[in-house]
Amino acid sequence: MTEITYKQAITRAIGDALEADGDVFLFGEDVGAAGGAFKTTDGLFERFGPERVLDTPISEQAIVGCAIGAAVQGLRPLAEIMFADFAGVCFDQIATELAKYRYMTNGQVALPVTIRMANGAGAGFGAQHSQAVENWFLNVPGLKIVVPGTPADAYGLLRAAVEDPDPVLYFEHKGLFNVKGELGEAPARVELGRAEVVRAGEHVTVVATQLMRHRALEAAEALSGEGVAVEVIDPRTLVPLDLETIGASIDRTNLLVVVQEAPPGGSWGASLISALMQERFEMLDAPPLLIATDETPVPYAGPLEAAHLPSAERIADGIRRTLAY
Amino acid sequence: MTTTDTSAPPALDTQLDFLRAMIEIRSFEDECHRMFAQGLVRGSTHLCQGQEAVVVGACRALREGDTMSCTYRGHGAVLAMGSALDRSFGEILGKAKGLCGGKGGSMHLTDMERGVLGSFAIVGAHLPIATGAAFAARYRGTGAVTLCFFGDGATNIGAFHEALNLASIWRLPAIFVCENNLYGEYSPIATTTPVERLADRADAYAMAKARVDGNDVLAMHAAVAEAAARGRAGEGPTLIEALTYRQKGHSRSDPASYRPEGELEAWLERDPILLCERALREAGIAQERLDGVRAAAERSVDEALERAKGWPDPDPATRLEHVYA
Repeated sequence: MTEITYKQAITRAIGDALEADGDVFLFGEDVGAAGGAFKTTDGLFERFGPERVLDTPISEQAIVGCAIGAAVQGLRPLAEIMFADFAGVCFDQIATELAKYRYMTNGQVALPVTIRMANGAGAGFGAQHSQAVENWFLNVPGLKIVVPGTPADAYGLLRAAVEDPDPVLYFEHKGLFNVKGELGEAPARVELGRAEVVRAGEHVTVVATQLMRHRALEAAEALSGEGVAVEVIDPRTLVPLDLETIGASIDRTNLLVVVQEAPPGGSWGASLISALMQERFEMLDAPPLLIATDETPVPYAGPLEAAHLPSAERIADGIRRTLAY
Repeated sequence: MTTTDTSAPPALDTQLDFLRAMIEIRSFEDECHRMFAQGLVRGSTHLCQGQEAVVVGACRALREGDTMSCTYRGHGAVLAMGSALDRSFGEILGKAKGLCGGKGGSMHLTDMERGVLGSFAIVGAHLPIATGAAFAARYRGTGAVTLCFFGDGATNIGAFHEALNLASIWRLPAIFVCENNLYGEYSPIATTTPVERLADRADAYAMAKARVDGNDVLAMHAAVAEAAARGRAGEGPTLIEALTYRQKGHSRSDPASYRPEGELEAWLERDPILLCERALREAGIAQERLDGVRAAAERSVDEALERAKGWPDPDPATRLEHVYA
């Protein structure tokens, strides 16, 4: 086992995917010679050459459309949209072309497309480069949505995404690029739709992804000093969603707290609570709690952004209130 | 899909085959018009009477392994690629044996077995997809080209520019055919577009261009054959502007009352089928033989429609299939 960063895990997964399958190609803005705006594709251009690692113009519609056209002709495109916020520029290509193409042709085409996007807040990028974009696509059947929170998941989910026969939106969190973790010599793929119980506990179930997963763990650690055993679950993929693992946890703890880096409306946390309430209303001893951001754009200044995002303290307070209900 | 020789016009037998294909499309569209009037078909439809020479001339310049994508006004293009009349009718009627099992409809005819990548109903959205199909051909070295039809209105949407730019910088084997039928939905092209010659848009992308009489099937055939040869030789994409005319309104709800007096009549005198028949007569083909071609074409359309009408509706359970692989 060696310790590597989340960013390095992504680079390694892309390299291994390119190595494993000649039909995989990587393309996007500055992914080639420059090694990526976040250096997630560093060294790949030199290793695989300009036929398989291609720089594109600043043309997100063309990037996603090109991925679609190449996929239906048998390739496995690995596209990068530099900041996830730019998904808005190519929303039609993702939501109305990519997601529906298989369905409306009655399965005549396969769309093994992976789109990587740098997601999330916390780094001072301001309102237009900090959104939790995964939520925009929850209401679009046909897409799979992946939200890794650790180096091992970043690696394993990316390998699984590229090999998946369906379109996968892969969100890499900007605030986690330098988070370190163990990765073996032959790291495992992580199956899409399989949640991870990150920390076992019997008193309350806390569900969180990406940056919030790490803050939920901090909160759990703090609460353990108060004699509270928090179970932290990271769904890792939002579509497909592993409701079974989360539901089984609630059946034991009877309390649910969801933490997300996004406003409450139309979000994965709200959807998760809705689904669980319909199935397990009687299992809950308290109303489920959704800890979310303010319903504002993400502000720039450090103190403003810090207050906007759920902190470990806010999460711990929420858990305490749920326990005290 | 016959000749790719760019120097000589196709043999007379091939030209008779073009004529038959155009009459089949005309007859198919006339039947669609009636079916809508009779309430047999849902939603809307967008017919291509008057534009048959564009698609027949272009598609018949392709060869096995080439691909084609088109718009929601795409029945003619799909039939020109050789898709079955009955399964095309079947799709528009929403039948289980339709090209897309009744999941696509009039605006989404797709037939991968015939190289028909699809009919797309968001203006301009399939141009980047065509760029991707061309990329796959180059990546794999298949020597295939991809043909992409769109309307004059599409030249004003961003995806057009992104797709042409990317295809040009990567020198991809794509042939972009703009069917300039003078109207973008209800608006005359001059009110929406500052350039008169849409082919000149190619100059912005250092792309080869041609402006062709789209009602002359042989001119279309020659222009596309030349563009295909260019694409196969690795010399990049071509933008072809085909000057033609939409003899009906935009969709079934549009009587096209905005057209200036005499415009339709003038274009009817240049009807592509009349022009083709006249040319064949002048080349020595007897009227009797031309009449035989027409009768055979119309009969095959009638029989195909009867077959399709008799097919069963899809099983409602199939609506859940093909969202994911």
